[in-house]
Amino acid sequence: MSALLSIVNATQRFGGVVAVKNVSLDVQEGEVFALVGPNGAGKSTLFNLISRFYTPAEGSITFDGHNLLALTPDKVPSLGIARTFQNIELFEQATVLQNLLVGRHRHRSGNMLSDLLFTPSTRRGEVAHREAVEEVIDFLDLQAFRDKMIAGLPYGVRKVVELGRALATKPKLLLLDEPASGLSVEETQDMAFWIEDIQKQMGITVLMVEHDMGLVSAVSSRVLALAEGQELATGTPAEVQSHPAVIEAYLGTSGIQKGGQKGGQKGGQKAQNDKGAAA
Amino acid sequence: MELVQLLLSGLANGCVYGLIALGFVLIYKATEAVNFAQGDFMMIGAFICLGLTNTDFMAWSFWLAVPITLIIMGVLGYLFDWGVLRQMSGQSQVSIVILTIALGFILRFAAGTIWSHEPQSLETPFAGQDIRSGGVVLGIDEIAIIVVTMVLTLLLYLFFSRTKLGVAMQAASQNQLAAYYMGIPVKRMQSLVWGLSGVVAAVAGILFASKGAIDPSAGLLGIKAFAAAAIGGFGSLPGALLGGLIVGLVEPLSARYFDAPGVSQMAPYAILIAVLIFRPGGLFSQTQKKKV
Amino acid sequence: MRFVFKTSYDADIRLYKHGAQLFWYTLLLVIMLCVPLYFEWTGDAYLLGEITAVLIFAIVGMGLMMLTGQTGLASLGHAAFMAIGCYANILLLQAGVPWLIAFPMAGLIAGVVGTLIALPVLRLHGVYLALATLAMSILTGDFIVLFEEYTGGVSGITAPDISIFGYEINKYANPYAFYYVVLAVVILGVFAHQNILRSPTGRSFAAVRDSEISAQAMGINLTRTKAKSFFFSCTMAGLAGALFGHSAGYVTHETFDIVMSITLLLMIVIGGLGFLHGAFLGAIVVGLIPVIIANGRSLLSTSMGININIPGLESALFAAILIGFILFEPMGLYGRWLKIRTYFELFPFYRKDMFKRQKSYLKTERVQ
Repeated sequence: MSALLSIVNATQRFGGVVAVKNVSLDVQEGEVFALVGPNGAGKSTLFNLISRFYTPAEGSITFDGHNLLALTPDKVPSLGIARTFQNIELFEQATVLQNLLVGRHRHRSGNMLSDLLFTPSTRRGEVAHREAVEEVIDFLDLQAFRDKMIAGLPYGVRKVVELGRALATKPKLLLLDEPASGLSVEETQDMAFWIEDIQKQMGITVLMVEHDMGLVSAVSSRVLALAEGQELATGTPAEVQSHPAVIEAYLGTSGIQKGGQKGGQKGGQKAQNDKGAAA
Repeated sequence: MELVQLLLSGLANGCVYGLIALGFVLIYKATEAVNFAQGDFMMIGAFICLGLTNTDFMAWSFWLAVPITLIIMGVLGYLFDWGVLRQMSGQSQVSIVILTIALGFILRFAAGTIWSHEPQSLETPFAGQDIRSGGVVLGIDEIAIIVVTMVLTLLLYLFFSRTKLGVAMQAASQNQLAAYYMGIPVKRMQSLVWGLSGVVAAVAGILFASKGAIDPSAGLLGIKAFAAAAIGGFGSLPGALLGGLIVGLVEPLSARYFDAPGVSQMAPYAILIAVLIFRPGGLFSQTQKKKV
Repeated sequence: MRFVFKTSYDADIRLYKHGAQLFWYTLLLVIMLCVPLYFEWTGDAYLLGEITAVLIFAIVGMGLMMLTGQTGLASLGHAAFMAIGCYANILLLQAGVPWLIAFPMAGLIAGVVGTLIALPVLRLHGVYLALATLAMSILTGDFIVLFEEYTGGVSGITAPDISIFGYEINKYANPYAFYYVVLAVVILGVFAHQNILRSPTGRSFAAVRDSEISAQAMGINLTRTKAKSFFFSCTMAGLAGALFGHSAGYVTHETFDIVMSITLLLMIVIGGLGFLHGAFLGAIVVGLIPVIIANGRSLLSTSMGININIPGLESALFAAILIGFILFEPMGLYGRWLKIRTYFELFPFYRKDMFKRQKSYLKTERVQ
């Protein structure tokens, strides 16, 4: 089984700060892969590297046999990568339906002229897009909000709409940036069910960043723990949670900063051993 | 020798453009709004000073008129943000752009009605004096413009790096929410920045009017200053000044070396377009991407 | 309150939302078609000329609405694109090109030239587009003088008559036929505008307006999308400019000045940003203001002997109205109408803050 997405030795710097340092990961087709780590560990930066909002200083990213680094951000979705954002980036002055329809953008067939004339093929395309979007609406129970403006919706619903918009692109790989942040216990449970369904029924591979270890343990098959831009450990949720370097990064053992960094390096070595074992 | 005079005059003009551009950038950095009326602020500042000191109007002492003008313009800038822009929170940037352009028209009308549409010169103590040495005539007014600009730049630098208020303003412009949480009154900081850019505009206006004649439509110079700000990279204070100097120098030089009508008028924009194509962020580019 | 029961996806796709809407718009069309008959009957075509002028402005308004209302980009130079359309049309006609070809060509030329000019700045923050177009509208007059050979420069140029298959149309000789020409362009424009809005292209415009970052994440190419919107907008401006030339009969380097660009912006803001209706309401207001000012002036001079002739008064008045709308009625006249309608539909449950936008802290576009 070859990896759907593989990142090899990616490094990203902002000025003097190294946000991601030599991180490698392989996401296998059909799995739910989670990135965990304290704030500032470089998880979102990694996402932004995959969506090509940032270009890594070093390293390579390949998806499904394509070199992602050769693409601009707007070409990434056409390969079948969709994402959500940590701080919800919806189209505020549009309805839920319109937001989801924008998700169908990569499947559009017409051009500006056919849209201008609204040719029969554009009309057929609109109906087809609508049918695809309705499937997503049914899946996520968004029927009641179809014609509501985003600007007036509560936070939890927005979070779901953003997931829906990503699903409407019919991706192969779904990047979820903190899908459960800010959600209530019930909403988080719903999210867990949806992620499971997305993986099992729709066959979409999921890569997610999440702080809620409950959700991570419930849905993900493998977890990569990051701290200060470096890999600490990779493995099953249980393995990673009990990994000493991870515990140290979250809680700190010696209480001295330097000790933590040393531990991080050690952890990196260990993680490589772990990966060897997994392979 | 003629070239030296040309360069000096270009530098002096460039300083004025640079100061107007500085006003743009101050406001843009602090509020992400673009004040298209900055040129008209400059014009109004010039006219207030002119109205106070010229013999046709109130005939006060020049040295009294200048500080009063600076104060008035500072207050006007502050009041504009406080009274108008603060009411607009939640509206798009486009609205603010349109609003400031409309403000420019009103200021132009007001200046024309109060001080007439005829071009007038500011009567300064150093008007018409010059230094002659070896066939070169250097106007005192031009030298004064360059010196004042340098001093003002230094003062602004010290203000932003050394004073508590300046640092607070920087903080508020870099991250509004974080600054707010740290107890910085973000809204007042924004109004103060508007006031500050009003003062800078007034200085530019006084310098401009002391060098040549000014009329209400002089505010359209703001467009050249805008080009200067964009050449320097919107959001960089030294870039704005440098962009101003480039525009100021390019104008007379292109008129001298290219013999066609309108060339000096269009040259700054040609440079602007070249910069935008080859170095879209301006010469001092800053990362313009939003964090997600 | 009306509840529309939708039985097929087509209910959301077609241009009208319910039967009553279809009825009202058809009625409006019939009235617009019959208007010249009334003026022909009275024999006084002055008011018809005013209506035609309003319709011409509405054509630019639709284009600008697409750009500013739908895509969130401001152009301060649409008068310049009108000028390009106007001069292109006249020059093509002078070169012997039939009107039916010259007129759409004029629109396309304006669209292409406008897009080429805007392309370098479309990659950047929207402010740069405002700047570039503002510079354009200031330089338009200079350019027209510079190319005096073709444009007539300061002395101006006369627009030839419209000729459709040998049928000559002159605004003064035959105002009724000219009205129908303009109306036909308006109707085509409305369909084009609405078709774009309900198709993927229109949605990508709105996506770019609301969040550039997630538009990209959905596979939308920002520069290309903005360029499309700008092209549509400039083409509409070019068409309107060509009609404006026929309407004025004679244009010079001073016809398409910056005040006109500002007036165009004023028009869509007053009408209501983001609504097609707004373009028309705004055009009506902009068409009426000069009439009101002229009447007010003559009233003052005849009744009180005051002669007001302050230069710049009109543009200052325009600007003051613009500021008033942005501050107190940001959704424009059409927004006011929506509020009134909602008030009666929901009576007595209307809340004052129903249309109010949330106050928010700056969503910065910068990293640091």
